[in-house]
Amino acid sequence: MSKRDSSSKDSGARNNPGVDLVRSEAPSELLRELVAHLRQNRTQLREEWVVRITETRLLTAMTKEEIFAEATSVYDSYVEALETEAFEALQAYARNLSERIIPRGVETHEVVGIVLLLRDVLARSLFAKYQTDFKKLNRILDAYEPAANRIANTVAVGFVQERERVIRQQQEAIRELSTPVLQVRERLLILPIIGVIDPQRARQLTEQLLRGIRTNRAKVVVIDITGVAAMDLTVANNLVQTVEASRLLGATVIVTGLSPEIAQTLVTIGVDLGKMNTVGDLQGGIEQAERLLGYKVEKLAEPR
Amino acid sequence: MEVPILKQGAVLIATFQAALSDADLNHLRMGLVQQVVKFRSRAVIVDVTAMDVMDSFASRTLREIAHMIRLRGAETVIVGIQPEVAFAMVQLGLTLEGVATALDLEEGLAYLTQKFKNTD
Repeated sequence: MSKRDSSSKDSGARNNPGVDLVRSEAPSELLRELVAHLRQNRTQLREEWVVRITETRLLTAMTKEEIFAEATSVYDSYVEALETEAFEALQAYARNLSERIIPRGVETHEVVGIVLLLRDVLARSLFAKYQTDFKKLNRILDAYEPAANRIANTVAVGFVQERERVIRQQQEAIRELSTPVLQVRERLLILPIIGVIDPQRARQLTEQLLRGIRTNRAKVVVIDITGVAAMDLTVANNLVQTVEASRLLGATVIVTGLSPEIAQTLVTIGVDLGKMNTVGDLQGGIEQAERLLGYKVEKLAEPR
Repeated sequence: MEVPILKQGAVLIATFQAALSDADLNHLRMGLVQQVVKFRSRAVIVDVTAMDVMDSFASRTLREIAHMIRLRGAETVIVGIQPEVAFAMVQLGLTLEGVATALDLEEGLAYLTQKFKNTD
């Protein structure tokens, strides 16, 4: 294969002196030619690209107009990056784009997909333009491919980095989101726990609850763990510790909302729940707490 | 420093003033156990509000006091454990099981009053 390639190249060089000229062109000149071509056919190529995006069902979270608007700016940045070989601007644009589209639920494969589609569309246009001049096509592609791959890389990495930054930010937010200790009646607190409990958060929770018991002079606390998806041995022990520490402050703890899965886990790992007072749901827990505190809630009339 | 033991009706109240030495704790234990019968008290309240550290010896002594006083026919309520102390205690596994606890002196007295009313 390579043999035939090289022989055809040789014969081409002999037959067409222009090829030698092309060969001597610097890659930057080729790129300049390429950029000129892409600028010239901007409207048509961009539209073709958008059609391909829609066909492959990428960016379904965005409207057609939005895709077209983004496609235009991506196209221009792309061509600019090819021309200047400076990727900082593209990087900044990719980050900016990611910032805008990540909240809309755009996935990594979609972003990588559209950039690869653009690469393909442009490559096809090059095939069409230079189909009569195979040598020149090769040279153009030699200049184009590394740059295009680097652009695809830059955009993908930019997107993933932005995504990771968003994830980190959200984790931080979850951590900082203090679990509220709420007073629902005099001397009755509820502590709804939502999300993942790690040892650090468990400690924070317990400290907050104990302080809450002291400042509100609570006698009964309802800890609702309906929003806790899973519980391991450490977390279960933390919960037991919270209950015991609350008791040392003279407060009774009622735990509500244990899901069947958590109940199963706790039984399997053999956590001692003898000291724990558990009720099925938050309503039942609050009702029991009211009984403990001597409240009697009565319905006065049918609701209107 | 010795812990004063006050008599309030049928209740004896011992208030810890500051961090106590082991000897003070032993002294308090003997004093309470003797006086609870001497004054025919029905209950003892130990107020530990001033203690910002509770070591294992203090914790064990408190539990022993409670159990000895039960054997002498009265009940013990530990009141005023600080949130930080409570957290440290459970982490050390010192949970004072079988001993009544209350938020502060007022709560402890309310608890006992309620209890006396129920048993009278």
